Amino acid sequence: MRGGGLWQLGQSITRRLSQTDKKSITRRCFASEADLKKTVLYDFHVAHGGKMVPFAGWSMPIQYKDSIMDSTLNCRENGSLFDVSHMCGLSLKGKNSIAFLEKLVIGDIAGLAPGTGTLSVLTNEKGGAIDDTVITKVTDDHIYLVVNAGCRDKDLDHIEGHMKAFKAKGGDVGWHIHDERSLLALQGPLAAPVLQHLTKDDLSKMYFGEFHILDINGAECFLTRTGYTGEDGFEISVPSEHAVDLAKALLEKSEGKIRLTGLGARDSLRLEAGLCLYGNDMEQHVTPIEAGLTWAVGKRRRSEGGFLGADVILKQIADGPAIRRVGFFSSGPPPRGHSEIVDDQGSALGEVTSGGFSPCLKKNIAMGYLKSGSHKAGTKVKIVIRGKSYEGVVTKMPFVPTKYYKPT
Amino acid sequence: MALRMWASSTANALRISRSTNNSQLSLTRCFSSVLDGLKYATSHEWVKHEGDVATIGITDHAQDHLGELVFVELPEIGATITKGGPFGAVESVKATSDVNSPISGEVVEVNSSLSDSPGSINTSPYAEGWMIKLKPSSPTELNSLMNPAEYTKFCEDEDAAH
Repeated sequence: MRGGGLWQLGQSITRRLSQTDKKSITRRCFASEADLKKTVLYDFHVAHGGKMVPFAGWSMPIQYKDSIMDSTLNCRENGSLFDVSHMCGLSLKGKNSIAFLEKLVIGDIAGLAPGTGTLSVLTNEKGGAIDDTVITKVTDDHIYLVVNAGCRDKDLDHIEGHMKAFKAKGGDVGWHIHDERSLLALQGPLAAPVLQHLTKDDLSKMYFGEFHILDINGAECFLTRTGYTGEDGFEISVPSEHAVDLAKALLEKSEGKIRLTGLGARDSLRLEAGLCLYGNDMEQHVTPIEAGLTWAVGKRRRSEGGFLGADVILKQIADGPAIRRVGFFSSGPPPRGHSEIVDDQGSALGEVTSGGFSPCLKKNIAMGYLKSGSHKAGTKVKIVIRGKSYEGVVTKMPFVPTKYYKPT
Repeated sequence: MALRMWASSTANALRISRSTNNSQLSLTRCFSSVLDGLKYATSHEWVKHEGDVATIGITDHAQDHLGELVFVELPEIGATITKGGPFGAVESVKATSDVNSPISGEVVEVNSSLSDSPGSINTSPYAEGWMIKLKPSSPTELNSLMNPAEYTKFCEDEDAAH
C-alpha cells in the first residue's frame, strides 16, 4: 500500500545502468526533475535538510539529516512526521456512494460504523489489485478514501468510468478530489500526546481506524487514526494553506523528539510492519487473496460477491491461492525485489518483492511470493542474490510487533 | 563505486540538496578526508600502492553518500580482477552498489573483518575499512588514476553538475 514503487524504480535504474553509460543517465534524471510536482511543504523540507528525489511524479524527501537507520529507530522510540501530500484523497458523496464503491472494492463498506475506516483493495475483472486504499465511511452518504500517488491517474480513470455508467442508470454519486488539502502522517508513541496539544477533542477515545473531522491548530482537518509504520499514529488531512504551520507546531510541541522522516525510513518501517507497497508487493496481476489480505474481504461480500473479479477471488478463498505472500529472514546481503527464491535442489519457488536490512531487528527481512505448500512459517529456502544462494526462512509478519491503539 | 551508486535515488538526492542548499557546509565535510598518498578512481575507490601490493577501498565521499553499510561482498583470494570491473558489492539499508577495481591484478588478501563489521567502511574508509589487497598486473594503470587534488576537484564538479 501507499507510495509508488520507489525501490523498484531504483532497482530498475540499477539494472539499466549496467548496459548504458553515465552521461545518458545524468541527462535523463536531470530532465525529469523540472517536471516534478511539489507539495506545499517542499521549501520546508529543503530548509530542514530534506534530500529531494523524484517519486511517482513528485519531488519528495527521501531522508533528512538523519540516516535512514536513525530515522527508523526514532519513529519507533519517539515519533515521525511524514509529508504524504502526494497521495490522493477523495470524497464520494451521494446517497448511493456506498453501493457504487462496493462494486469496485472487496470491503464491506456498508457494514462500517460511521466514522470508521479500513484498508481495502480496488480490483479489476480478473481479481487483480488496481490499488490498495484506506476507505472511511464518514457518514452513510459520504466516503473518504486515500489512494497511492503512483496509481492516482489510473485509479481516477477507473472510478470515473464506472461512476459514469452508475449515474447513467440513475445512481446518486459524485466525487471531490481533495487537491486543496495536504496530508501529514504523524506516527509513533509520541504521536497522540503531541497531537493532543493542538486539539480539544479527546484523542484517548479515538481508536485505530477511526475518523473525525475536527479543529487542529486552528484548521478543520480530517483525522484518521491509521498509518503505514505499524506504530500508533494519525494521518491528518489539512487545508494546504495551514499545512506548514501544522507541521511546525507538531515538531515544536514534541520538543524535537518527533522528527521529519523521509520516504526511505517510511519504506523500512512499513516493511518491518509487514505492510505491502503497491507496485512491489502487490500488482495488477496479484489478487488480494494471494497478497494475504483475505481478511479484508468482508463476510457479506464473500456470500454476495458483487465486486469486480469476485468470481476469481471467491474461488481462491474457497480453494486456496496458488501463490502466497510471506515474510523471510535471511543471511548474506539483504534481499531486494526480484531476488529469486529456490529450494535445496535449486527449483524455483518464487520471488522476493521487497527486502532490506531491518534497522530495528538488525538483520535482513524481506517479503515475497511463494508457491502454496512451501509457504508455512519455518520452511527453509534459498534466496539467490548476484548468482549466490543464501539461507532464508519463511517467517510470520509483522517482523516488528504493531502497536495500533485499540480498545482493551 | 560503480555507476549504480550514482544512479540511486539517494545519491542523486544528496547532490541535489548540496548544490541548492547548504553546499558550503556539505562540501567542507565531504572533502575534508581525501588522503594524500592515495590514488583515486572516478568510480570513487582509492588505491594505496606499497611495494608490490595495492590496497583498495571506497572513499569517504562514497561512504557518506551511501549511508550506513550493512553488508560487504568480497572476492575470493586468488581471483583475477580487471580494471573497471566489479570485484564486490556494498549494501546500505536501501541501496546496493557494485565496487569496481581501479586497477587490474590478483587478489592476495581480503578484509574478512568487514563481514562482521561492515560499518568500518563508514567509520574508517581509508584504514580499517580497506576491502582488498591486489598484486597489480599492470602497475602503469596507476598513472591513469587521480591524485588527491584532482579527485577533490572531480567530486566538486560532479556535485555541481546536479
